[in-house]
Amino acid sequence: MHLLSNIIRTERLPHEFCPGCAIGQVYHYAAKAVEELGINMDKVVFLSGIGCNSRGVGYVRFDSATTLHGRAIAFATGVKLANPNLTVIVVTGDGDGAGIGGNHLIHAARRNIDLTVILYNNRVYASTGGQLAPTTPYGMYTSTTPYGSLEEPFDLCSLVAAAGAVYVARWTTAHPYKAINSIKKGVLKKGFSFIEIIGQCPTYFGRYILKTTDPVKCLKWLIENSIMKESTSKIPAEELSNKIVVGEFVDKDRPELTEQYRILREKLKLQLV
Amino acid sequence: MGKVLFMSGNDACVEGAIAAGCRFFAGYPITPANEITERMSRRMFEVNGVFIQMEDEIASICAVIGASWAGLKAMTATSGPGFSLMQEGIGYAIATETPCVIVNVQRIGPSTGSIFSQQGDVMQARWGSHGGCYENIVLSPYSIQEMFSLTIESFNLSEEFRVPVILLSEAAIGHLRERLVIPEKINIVNRRRPTVSIKDFKPFKALENEAPPMAFFGDGYRVYYTGHLHTVEGFPVLSLEKYPLAEEVLKRISSKIRLNIHRITMLDARYINDAKIIIVSYGSSARAALRAVNEARKNGIKAGYLRLITLWPFNYQKIRELCSYADVVIVAEVNNGQILYEVQRALPSKNVIPLLKLADTHTPMEVLAKIREVV
Repeated sequence: MHLLSNIIRTERLPHEFCPGCAIGQVYHYAAKAVEELGINMDKVVFLSGIGCNSRGVGYVRFDSATTLHGRAIAFATGVKLANPNLTVIVVTGDGDGAGIGGNHLIHAARRNIDLTVILYNNRVYASTGGQLAPTTPYGMYTSTTPYGSLEEPFDLCSLVAAAGAVYVARWTTAHPYKAINSIKKGVLKKGFSFIEIIGQCPTYFGRYILKTTDPVKCLKWLIENSIMKESTSKIPAEELSNKIVVGEFVDKDRPELTEQYRILREKLKLQLV
Repeated sequence: MGKVLFMSGNDACVEGAIAAGCRFFAGYPITPANEITERMSRRMFEVNGVFIQMEDEIASICAVIGASWAGLKAMTATSGPGFSLMQEGIGYAIATETPCVIVNVQRIGPSTGSIFSQQGDVMQARWGSHGGCYENIVLSPYSIQEMFSLTIESFNLSEEFRVPVILLSEAAIGHLRERLVIPEKINIVNRRRPTVSIKDFKPFKALENEAPPMAFFGDGYRVYYTGHLHTVEGFPVLSLEKYPLAEEVLKRISSKIRLNIHRITMLDARYINDAKIIIVSYGSSARAALRAVNEARKNGIKAGYLRLITLWPFNYQKIRELCSYADVVIVAEVNNGQILYEVQRALPSKNVIPLLKLADTHTPMEVLAKIREVV
């Protein structure tokens, strides 16, 4: 029996992901966080959109859905408002969550609805063949930027923080325990939590940009090019722009949406009587 | 007799939804559907339900589907451009067999058009979502009473067949005000829930003429939904060779509707038996048609009236039976001709002629003039 058969649909293995893909790690972190928190797993919902990352929800043994491209957060908003007792976790990608679904991302953060969004960022559209994503670094060659990208990428943590999220963190798949810890914090947090995990994609980001399909080399590149938020002042700004800044960016409290619904309903009940 | 009220079609729709058990509404402002969204924002809280104004119509339909998975009867209301934006979500609800109701208070198109009334979305309501291997249910109200009763019927059909039901209203009906009688007794249908053990539950296994029982998120059944072509267990079909029965679920999402067409079809037929000229219409056009047929009868013209309440699935057989005695069938609708061609398909050997208008609604005089023209 598989060690994680209580949280992974082992009967569906082998999975569809490329060798060395980070998605297995990301789902492992999420499932591990839920298990370690000891939440009743019947009351946990995993939702995803479309893209490499989104295939993963079909492998975890929870109530779950692969929804429409970019729309997982909108579906999650319906689920959470309809039954606030459920723990709702969205696993999305950079193209899914920040490209086509960027509008839902910022509005859910603004509303501060109690969702935990884990955005796995491989910085390309991978399931469709390695096209430019809103997170692809400037100047990079992809299958739709044969002359190099002319666009600056999003800093997603800054975007979501500005929109009002109450917990925001970024890690890479070279920081597994930090990532699991942040997901746990995000799930426990009453409000909109956002954890960005930058992961290796040997097939596209590796092949096109790092010029290697070796996942170990890709992971090493992530370690070498990451810098803790606290250490950013130690290096020149020019050098910093090429680094992946990791750490916790926001951890604050403000009124959560489903809780505000509950309070309003109580108030109206008294008025109606 | 039940309680008598006077209100607009959009307001009656909200009251019908609440009577049907709707407890979740997500929407986005658009004219001429705003009164539904506005009334819902107050009424949902009064009945312990949920109202949320989403960031766009795409998010609205997605939130509605999510709420339905969590166990609430859910709906949205929109018009024109908003209905176009919802098409992908409607297709997803069809594929995942998620009950929900979409009210489309039609406005003139194409594109932004304007807020004048039109019946231009009849075909979009049927075929709007890509990969058309599906059947859905579309109902057309012609009065304030029907904005109430057909909203209830939309929920009932949606719950029974686990399919999104579209209430295809019009600006002319949504903004009309007339009498509404709230019946004392209302028939309510709720979706079936699984009774088998968690281990034995196959979420998409059912007979070809029915929808499977539905487990709610949080029930412990650990259900997985996907818009991918899926097996009876609900998982994506990765290879057609490996899953030779892959078509089973795909076929059933159409057959569960087709095999029950006799129960889903609602028609209003008057003066049909001896009619030589029959006016086929629906929605606001039918109000003019009924008046015109009454006038024609007074003048000794054997005219008949056939109003389609269920637009889709289109019941070709029933139309053929009802129009068998007629020489001429006039199809009155406010568009370039949509139901017209369905009626022609149903009656290949008859003289089926259009009475089309591109905006607003027909007047009784226009319909009567057409009847006189063909006598």
